[in-house]
Amino acid sequence: MVDPIIKTKDLRFSYTTPEGEAPVVLDGVELNIEKGSFVAVLGHNGSGKSTLAKHMNAILLPTGGTVYVSGVPTTDEVRLLDIRRTVGMVFQNPDNQIVANVVEEDVAFAPENLGVAPEEIRSRVDDALKAVGMYEFREHAPHLLSGGQKQRIAIAGVIAMQPECIVLDEPTAMLDPIGRADVLRTVKQLNREKGVTVVIITHHMDEAAQADRLVVMAKGKVVADGTPKEVFQDVEGLKAVGLTVPDTTELLYQLRQAGLDVPLDALSDEECARALYQLLTSNS
Amino acid sequence: MALKDITLGQYFPGHSPLHRMDPRTKLLAVCLYIVALFLAKSFVSYGFLFCVLAAMIRLSRVPLKSIVRGLKPVVFILVFTAALNILYTPGEHVLVKVWIITVTLEGVRTAFFMVIRIMMLITGTFLLTYTTSPILLTDGIESLLSPLKKLRVPVHELAMMMSIALRFIPTLIEETDKIMCAQRARGADFETGSLIRRAKALIPLLVPLFISAFRRADELAVAMECRCYHGGEGRTRLRQLKYQPLDWVTLVLALGMCVSAFVLGKFGL
Repeated sequence: MVDPIIKTKDLRFSYTTPEGEAPVVLDGVELNIEKGSFVAVLGHNGSGKSTLAKHMNAILLPTGGTVYVSGVPTTDEVRLLDIRRTVGMVFQNPDNQIVANVVEEDVAFAPENLGVAPEEIRSRVDDALKAVGMYEFREHAPHLLSGGQKQRIAIAGVIAMQPECIVLDEPTAMLDPIGRADVLRTVKQLNREKGVTVVIITHHMDEAAQADRLVVMAKGKVVADGTPKEVFQDVEGLKAVGLTVPDTTELLYQLRQAGLDVPLDALSDEECARALYQLLTSNS
Repeated sequence: MALKDITLGQYFPGHSPLHRMDPRTKLLAVCLYIVALFLAKSFVSYGFLFCVLAAMIRLSRVPLKSIVRGLKPVVFILVFTAALNILYTPGEHVLVKVWIITVTLEGVRTAFFMVIRIMMLITGTFLLTYTTSPILLTDGIESLLSPLKKLRVPVHELAMMMSIALRFIPTLIEETDKIMCAQRARGADFETGSLIRRAKALIPLLVPLFISAFRRADELAVAMECRCYHGGEGRTRLRQLKYQPLDWVTLVLALGMCVSAFVLGKFGL
């Protein structure tokens, strides 16, 4: 089997406060992210999901245990640039990660830092902007674009680095529904068409439901790990850690509570509708 | 009041020869122009430099109105300089003598040239910012100052700071607008009262603005690190600055202008 692109081994992390107290944020996380997969990390505020993300490209270093990126421990300072180039990171606020005041200049920032030749930068920038569907905006000023467009520029800025994996830390939290849908579609396309490994940190159930694999975090620990269908079946378990389930699952769950025979794993709207249709036709 | 209307370091996009020129050429030419202005002493040399400036404005296709508007903020300085020069220049040809005020022909002459000089100085430098985008300008400055790197002057860092500052001006203006609206909605009054009162009213505006600016800076630094930023070493650029034939011609002409001004000055013109 191929090595996982990101591997955490008994990852522990606690912030050191001036008072000497050390609240534990990550408490023994064991996680393997396989190459080419689409993983959603779901968790309530303060579950440690963003802290986990920041460990994936050495922005934070573990206080216990190890994180490996393509087999290299993130504590290896000599290979820091290799690690950051392998795992790109997109953050919540698009305004605070755009460096330049022209779109294409911003997308060029990472390859420029890596010392890529100018002609190669040109082609990478064009490819990255086309991949996120923002090519025609290449000469615009970023502050005049919408939130969703800015976030796609931020994603292009990471793609231009040609990373094997992109970690997105709540990329849609500040966007309107249209922007959210655009960003999510872009990310899915990158995963399906370019084979980029995607890790998306989110607290939106519907976003999490679109991933191939769902990891649920609570109190610094992984509490559930599996396909969205598997994970969402444990409705009580998710509610116990302060999370809700998608509306479809909630509906079917309520029906089951009422004693009706419906499957709980009908996650998409269509599957759910089909399950309900079956229930109604079999009754009559 | 719409803060968004404020334009800083105005740039008029265009495709004139002045727009296409390398930013370094324009920076050097403006420096030479300023030197020439300070060498000029008479109507002949000022007239010569004025013709050069007029030709450049015509070439740049920047509307004359915008150039005149650029001079507005300095009217006070102009009047003040003129007044000082008229009143305090000693000379032989006394024009008016009232009480302790003496106005001499030399004073009027100096004042006139001083005003012309400041106006031409400002117009010339404005022409640079009107025809050069801020990014190219910072690139040009970085490239021109790069020899100073040997003296451990942090040239790349300074240029980076400048371009990030330019990038965040619209963002922070937007934010200021938002905070102003939020504070106004809670009854804050920014427009009436004495100067001190109005200055005090700005405190609830500045505090949140500063806090958010620091948070932004922190997040931006992390985002830059994530994109492998590690200083200027080994960095390449998407846009390479390259001197074109037009640039060499311009530089030679600018040098010629400077020498002519010097020669004219030698002949007392």
